[in-house]
Amino acid sequence: MKLSFSDQDELFRKEVAAWLTTNLSGEFTKLRFRGGPGDEHMFPEERKHWEQKLAEGGWTCIGWPKEYGGRGCTIEKQVIFFEEYARAGAPGRVGHIGEGLAGPTLIAFGSEAQKQKYLPGIRAGKELWCQGYSEPSAGSDLANVKTRARFDAEKGKWILNGQKVWTSLAHEADYCFVIARTDPESKAHKGLGFFLVNMHQPGIEVRPIQQITGTSEFNEVFFDNAECDADDIVGAPGEGWKVAMGLLGFERGVSTLGQQMQFQNELNEIIRIARENGASKNPVLRQRIAKAHAELKIMRYNSMRMLSGSAWSDGSLQKEALIYKLFWASWHRELGELAMDVLGPECEILEAAPYQLSRLQAMYLFVRSDTIYGGTNEIQRNIIAERGLGMPKEAKVQ
Amino acid sequence: MEFAFTDEQKMIRDTVESFLAENSTSAAVRSAMESAQGFDPALWNTLCNDLYWQGTHIPVEYGGLGLGYVELVAMLEQMGRFLLCSPFYSTVCLAANALLVAGDSYQKTDYLAKICEGETATLAWASRSAAQAGGRWDASAVEATVVRHDEQFQLNGRYRYVTDGASADWLVLAARTPNTTGNSGISLFIVAADQAGIQRNALPTMDQTRRQAEIIVENLNVPIAALMGRFGEAGGALETVLDLATIALAAEQMGGAQQCLDMAVAYTKERVQFGRSIASFQAIKHMAADMMTRVEVARSGVYYAACVAQEKLDALNGLHATLVGGVSSAGELPEAASIAKSYCSDAYFRNAADALQMHGGVGFTWEYDVHLHFKRAKATEHFLGNAAWHRERLAQLLLDADQESSL
Repeated sequence: MKLSFSDQDELFRKEVAAWLTTNLSGEFTKLRFRGGPGDEHMFPEERKHWEQKLAEGGWTCIGWPKEYGGRGCTIEKQVIFFEEYARAGAPGRVGHIGEGLAGPTLIAFGSEAQKQKYLPGIRAGKELWCQGYSEPSAGSDLANVKTRARFDAEKGKWILNGQKVWTSLAHEADYCFVIARTDPESKAHKGLGFFLVNMHQPGIEVRPIQQITGTSEFNEVFFDNAECDADDIVGAPGEGWKVAMGLLGFERGVSTLGQQMQFQNELNEIIRIARENGASKNPVLRQRIAKAHAELKIMRYNSMRMLSGSAWSDGSLQKEALIYKLFWASWHRELGELAMDVLGPECEILEAAPYQLSRLQAMYLFVRSDTIYGGTNEIQRNIIAERGLGMPKEAKVQ
Repeated sequence: MEFAFTDEQKMIRDTVESFLAENSTSAAVRSAMESAQGFDPALWNTLCNDLYWQGTHIPVEYGGLGLGYVELVAMLEQMGRFLLCSPFYSTVCLAANALLVAGDSYQKTDYLAKICEGETATLAWASRSAAQAGGRWDASAVEATVVRHDEQFQLNGRYRYVTDGASADWLVLAARTPNTTGNSGISLFIVAADQAGIQRNALPTMDQTRRQAEIIVENLNVPIAALMGRFGEAGGALETVLDLATIALAAEQMGGAQQCLDMAVAYTKERVQFGRSIASFQAIKHMAADMMTRVEVARSGVYYAACVAQEKLDALNGLHATLVGGVSSAGELPEAASIAKSYCSDAYFRNAADALQMHGGVGFTWEYDVHLHFKRAKATEHFLGNAAWHRERLAQLLLDADQESSL
């Protein structure tokens, strides 16, 4: 067990930091610390440009294999990149769904033709993706997907009908990966397909959802005879669940370290305010700030354990990975409450009418979604108990 | 960066686990609890003479195995799990650490060798004032005094909460020069426990798996050779020793929290009500999931703190300091200790309390082992500072320093 990075890794750290300092300037200066959770609606065009700037520097998809345009970076180097990225205050990525989810899924499960067709656009930061999973009646019970995909032999295309919901970035995205039912008679996780769907077509309508923050990062997506090519299904019809679940594994990767840097930035701001307004003298708030700090530090160590372990190779999740979502989401939710309590009555006053929230106000409201999306805390606890502790599943409703 | 056990470290952990599963059984723990000195001398002999556990992190030149704090912590985790009743913690984590941090080379050669041969020792520093305001565990809790008379020192004072104080062969005593405060004016001495001027009274404790004593020193005369480090300048060293001991205790707590979870899961799987195992109810599963979350988070905090402890010991020995994010982490010792202890204290107590609840009525009996953990959890929570005290220590680093801390 060692904490140190190699000299080579430390050189890489300097390289990343230097590139960011040089390039996060000029037109991009205003993007610093922007576009994070609760702020994702800000500067979409500038952030797309930034995505391409990153790609030009070779800083997109650094963990992908070299043959697909990545750098083939080690876990250590990826950790360093995400840490430095967040430390520099570089903006929330708009390409992360393609880079972190769609791309790795295609690399693992896609055909060679699909890889050639889609990976270069992701790598170049030019084609953005969104994720079509949840539906009005498929939330925690994700396998209850009702969107249908029918193969039209005459057209040689898949025809999709149905509705997705909570789709982040759907209004910016060029493509969506969608799970839909290929066998209309099937139930639950059987009979699903995993589709790659172009968002720019008449059969797709995106409606923003106005959230608790007043802003709209999430959308509803309606498929009304939307089409995709015969080869735009990943795996065979009926294998969609396997592909989708494989993808969940990619969601808990090295980017967690970058997310924690974002958390650190938020906590630093809370501490700055507490020192300024004297909340730092309040014994109860002192306890809560110290607790938030201690647990954020441990969160980092927990991620280091996740990344150092021999996890994943046998397909099983390590215990420290199983608990991670529940832990960080609950922590972040509490941080939002702490932020408001440190601000005191000032927490009510907006930056501007009609409803312009400060960064911490937006964070406070937005973090309520953390314990809901990607598996609610309650679903996480079921997974931990069943997979981590071998406790029996709920009795099924007959 | 490799934040996982090596194969050798796993082997050490597994060996300790299987030995304790066989030898620190419920029956063995209960027999030790009822004994006069609180542990089984035969078992202690086996640990020391056959397994050599007490020499784990003591350098080879002093007769130890020369392994590190990570190995030590891996062992302590198992000792906490199996509620091992032994003077291991007091001898190794308090006294041996004091010798490693503050002892001169003669003292290390002499006394670490004795420890490696199986003699026992402990550290006495806190007075009753450690209990003031809900707990205060830094060097300011030292109230015993020392004055210099020519070629010897004279100590007076009362120590309390001394782990294994009534049974230890050797004592490391902290005392302050009169009219000093905080961590200034503090000196450390190593003395034989059994001598005129030292009165030791065992204190009956709610947690019977580890003993505490009160030690009264009255005009105790101590030779120059017993002074550890420089006279009046050991305050910083004492705090380092306490940080190291705090991390060791957090490791035990994490192991205990794991055992509470394991017991609760096993019991609820077996217990049938309403025609089904109660482990199939979400009310139970969600409690268990929260317990596992606490254990894994605690584990991450403890392993990290162990790495920092090792770097601190390396730095004290003039060895190279390794780098994290470009900086040595040896200076993080107080922070890492407080992070680990604050989290583990809460996690162990919460897990023990939840395990008791999940056991229902039998969790309330003397017969089942849950109460042993419930009591050990509270005892370890308050020894060396409870969660609130450690969080306040962190708050001072975060909120009171002149400059914003470079996190």
